Amino acid sequence: MTVLELREVSKVYGDGPAEVHALADVSMTVDDGELVAVMGPSGSGKSTLLTIAGTLEEPTRGQVLVGGAAVSGMSRNDRARLRRRSIGYVFQDFNLLAGLTAAENVSLPLELDGMPGKPARAAGLRALEELGLGERAASFPDELSGGERQRVAIARAVVGERRLLLADEPSGALDSANGEAVMRLIRAACHSGVGGVVVTHDAQLASWADRVVFLRDGRVVDQTAPIPGPESLLAPER
Amino acid sequence: MSIRHALLALLSEGPKYGLQLRQEFEARTGEVWPLNVGQVYTTLQRLERDSLVESDGAEDGPQTQKGFRITGDGEAELAAWLLTPPDLSSPPRDELVIKVLIAAQLPGVDARQVAQAHRRYLVQLMQEWTRLKEYAADRDLGFGLAVDAELFRLDAVVRWLDAADGRIKRASLERLDADRAPLPKLPRKAVVRP
Repeated sequence: MTVLELREVSKVYGDGPAEVHALADVSMTVDDGELVAVMGPSGSGKSTLLTIAGTLEEPTRGQVLVGGAAVSGMSRNDRARLRRRSIGYVFQDFNLLAGLTAAENVSLPLELDGMPGKPARAAGLRALEELGLGERAASFPDELSGGERQRVAIARAVVGERRLLLADEPSGALDSANGEAVMRLIRAACHSGVGGVVVTHDAQLASWADRVVFLRDGRVVDQTAPIPGPESLLAPER
Repeated sequence: MSIRHALLALLSEGPKYGLQLRQEFEARTGEVWPLNVGQVYTTLQRLERDSLVESDGAEDGPQTQKGFRITGDGEAELAAWLLTPPDLSSPPRDELVIKVLIAAQLPGVDARQVAQAHRRYLVQLMQEWTRLKEYAADRDLGFGLAVDAELFRLDAVVRWLDAADGRIKRASLERLDADRAPLPKLPRKAVVRP
């Protein structure tokens, strides 16, 4: 089933001679269980695409559908609920709240959504345990390594009943081993049924995706074909 | 890839048979570099000629039953080889680089589209290698190292394509600006009034 659909989405900032076309007629879909990478250089419109997909910004033209529902028809409250309940974000700089522990950071979106503290914290702890961070639950962000912080951010993005995971250069500040670990976790989340979009300029990061969409100057110019099985690269039988 | 030194490395662990050497070579390189048995025996004969390995077993018996061991000279050769950087001083003739260079200079060819066709192919290959890594690299150090090497190599080419794309875009904008610029003013003729 399609979790995210963009229909001919355009975004224009400014007007007159200062007009900037950040996105032009972008159409794409993401199914549940699928990880899509949007790859392009800086200034290609990747981050704009992600904020529009995450309903944080409205397109100038075109439509965004999350779980089949058009975002433009929703009230402010409905849209906020959709963001809290269905969409998880992972940012390059983690965006954890410094005054909250790892477990509190993860359970925060559930509590904001009205879940009582106790079950919310239990769900947060479970999400941390699944990412191998159970014993760091009581640590504050500044007591965690970069890799651990990013795992907390992923736990926060997938906790609860999230259906769409959006990540902006999720391994940007990490070394390649930690970056790989982050992409494994995002893939694992997608295998459990979440639809994922990762925007990046990094081909190694993008290559973890099931499909890579290429963005240039605000337009989708190309995408990769479905991947053949892993055996295709192994040495042929002699 | 030096098969000669890879075989010396395997023999530095202890004496082995030719067939065994081929199997171990393929296993250690994650089966990324296939090797035929003929290559193994030709290389072993040369190593023996150069006194870097010794063999036992009957001279006229089947080659598969011949055992090989490394000599003192072989150990020294292997140690020196591991520390000697390969010669990377002259750029290789890279077909992809040549195609993009030509595309950028041919009128009527969209060089950025040419770059994208290659980028898509490379990223698809990278997706396949990454999938292999996801399934197998943690179980086998040699395989993980070989797959990473291939991913970093392909990644470098994609990064070059990205840089090339930016350079071609800037160059075409500059050309456009140059075309739009007014023609340079010609020096006025001096008018001599009578």
